[in-house]
This record gives sequence, C-alpha cells and structure tokens, in this order.
Amino acid sequence: MSRDAVLVTADWAEEHLDDSDVVLVEVDEDTSAYDKGHIRGAVKLDWKTELQDQVRRDFVNQQQFSELLSAKGISNDDTVVLYGGNNNWFAAYAYWYFKLYGHDKVRLLDGGRKKWELDSRALSEDAVERPATTYQAKEPDLSIRAFRDETVDAIGTKNLVDVRSPDEYAGRLLAPAHLPQEQAQRAGHIPTAASIPWSKAANDDGTFKSDEELKKLYEEAGVDFGKDTIAYCRIGERSSHTWFALHELLDQPNVKNYDGSWTEYGSLVGVPVALGDEPGEA
Amino acid sequence: MCHATEGGLSLEGVDLDKEAVIQGVVTRGDTPVGGAYVRLLDRTGEFTAEVPTSATGHFRFFAGPGQWTLRTLAPKSEPVDRAVVATIGEIAEVQIAV
Repeated sequence: MSRDAVLVTADWAEEHLDDSDVVLVEVDEDTSAYDKGHIRGAVKLDWKTELQDQVRRDFVNQQQFSELLSAKGISNDDTVVLYGGNNNWFAAYAYWYFKLYGHDKVRLLDGGRKKWELDSRALSEDAVERPATTYQAKEPDLSIRAFRDETVDAIGTKNLVDVRSPDEYAGRLLAPAHLPQEQAQRAGHIPTAASIPWSKAANDDGTFKSDEELKKLYEEAGVDFGKDTIAYCRIGERSSHTWFALHELLDQPNVKNYDGSWTEYGSLVGVPVALGDEPGEA
Repeated sequence: MCHATEGGLSLEGVDLDKEAVIQGVVTRGDTPVGGAYVRLLDRTGEFTAEVPTSATGHFRFFAGPGQWTLRTLAPKSEPVDRAVVATIGEIAEVQIAV
C-alpha cells in the first residue's frame, strides 16, 4: 500500500479540515490534552473509557464500536484522520481498531499532535458537535489481531517483535520510564523476540521514517520478511505503531498486533520468559 | 528529608530518596516555553522517554542513575541537546535555552 493511502501530512490535514467527508479524531494517552486545545473540528476518542470494554478485559466489540462511532457523528464513508500525542501511539492503536472493524478510509496524521504543535499550527478550544450517524462496524478482522495461544506458539517459529524500551525488554522495568509501574506479574520478554523499540521507526518530530529506513531497521534486527510477524509491547498501543509501520507502510501481509501484550503474557502461568538483553532460546 | 527545588512542578507524594530526578525549565530569552517537547536519550543516544513542557516551561523525568541527554524540540527553534547526570536521591536541575 502506498504511504499516501495510510498517512497524511499536516499540510493535507489543514487543507481538508472543512471537507464534509473528512473527520479528524484525536486519541491521546493524556485524555485531557484534547480539552486544552485540538485541531479545529476534531472529535475526541477516549482510549480508556470509550475504546475499552468497561467490564470485561477486552476492547469494545462490534456493536459497541458501531454505537461509539454513531454517537461521534462518524459515517462508514467518511475519511477518518487519526492523530494524538506520544508520537501517535494511541492514534495508531485506534487506527488498528478502525481497520479491525473494517473501516477502509482511515489515515494517520504523520507526526501527530507533536509535529502539529512544533509547526506552530492552530489549535482550538471550541467544542465540536457532529450530528449522530448510524455507523455499522464490520465483523472483526482477526487476521491482524494475535491472541495469547498463537503468541506462545510463535516462539521460535514466527517473528516476534518486542517494541518496548530496552529496559522493559530486559526485565529491568515493567513500564515506560514516564508511566506508572504496573500490570504484569513478571518482567522480561517472550523468548526469541527481537528488541526493536517503536521509537526507532520514528523521527524526532514523530513522523515515520522512510520505507527504506524502516525496511533496513527490521531486517538488521533479525525480522525475516518471509515469515509471519507478531508485534507486542505492554498494552498494545506502541505495538500498533510498529504494526502500522510493518503492515501499512512496508506492506507486509501477515503482521498481527498482540494487544494483550506483556501485561497479559507476563501474568500467564507456565509460559517461558527470557530475561536480559538477548532474545533467548525457544 | 528536605530537597530544595526551584519551583515548577510539585513533587508532593514522591519519595525522592528512591528517585533520580531530572527536571528543569525551557526558556526563550526570559520567557518560559510551554508546549516544547523534551526527549530523554540514554547514554547510547537511544530514545527513552519524552514529555511536553508545562505552561510554565517545566518538565521532569524519573530517570535511572547515569548519563543522559536531553533533546529539546520547540516551535521555531533548532533542537537543543544537553548532557546531564542523574543520581538516586538527587534532583538534577537543567535550564534549557532555545
């Protein structure tokens, strides 16, 4: 798939802000960021309260996703442009949801909120209201979602890509340095997983590196493009960023995001865990 | 235990004896720069964390002990790199002019 079909530049977004069939959607880790200023006309998705089921440990199902997008005033035919803070981690996560539920016309704003701010582009505090729609999500496309058993079976056979920071991979930390330490019962990584931090796929300003740089990055780190790939992180958001790089930018066909990620894997009883900076044995 | 801080973000509830804090303020001339992005790079130059500055230009990391680089990106400025050493139980204060 060409880069233009999945990414838009800030210039493109600015030129299309008033298009009736283009909807900008902000998704942040810091869910208060939107309220302090957002791109004019953008609606907000709260990844904690709106994209996660509030009872079961899972993300929203097909019906819930349909109801959510209907309430946000997004139609099946709209071009959805996602952006957010943290170098688009949570925007990439939402992008993966949109693809999983069959929304074809979805794009990421390259560089996200950071690039927009560094360019000194305008932000608005005006409330955004869109009339409700009747959005109909499709059946989830599980060809892009990995579950735990498949991930355990992938040890030593498929590419496993751990996109967390080197200290999380080695088991010295359980979460990124600026976030609370929480979740998994054990630290470490899935044996045989390559350590390729998400940040290596992005430039300082949050934009994605070129296709050539990305291909070199993954190949040199040991990803065999002839094999299927599963990416994981702590809770599935940073690995969505890498899933985007591999599946959407490099057009690799069999790449799945394991959204259970280390939070689930590191709490499973009886599965193998590797510690330290090396991938470890199958 | 009392640690002097130069104002900015509150450290209430943080056990500073266990943390290697790097914090500071980003300024342009005499004006604090809010909404700049400060990236924490490890001793090999690898990205570790990133925070936007507050409205008063302040930022803070809870780093590990050792050598770090702060790379600051601000609108209408070239990136600025500053080396800093973090130590458990201490606060490394860094003033960054862009």
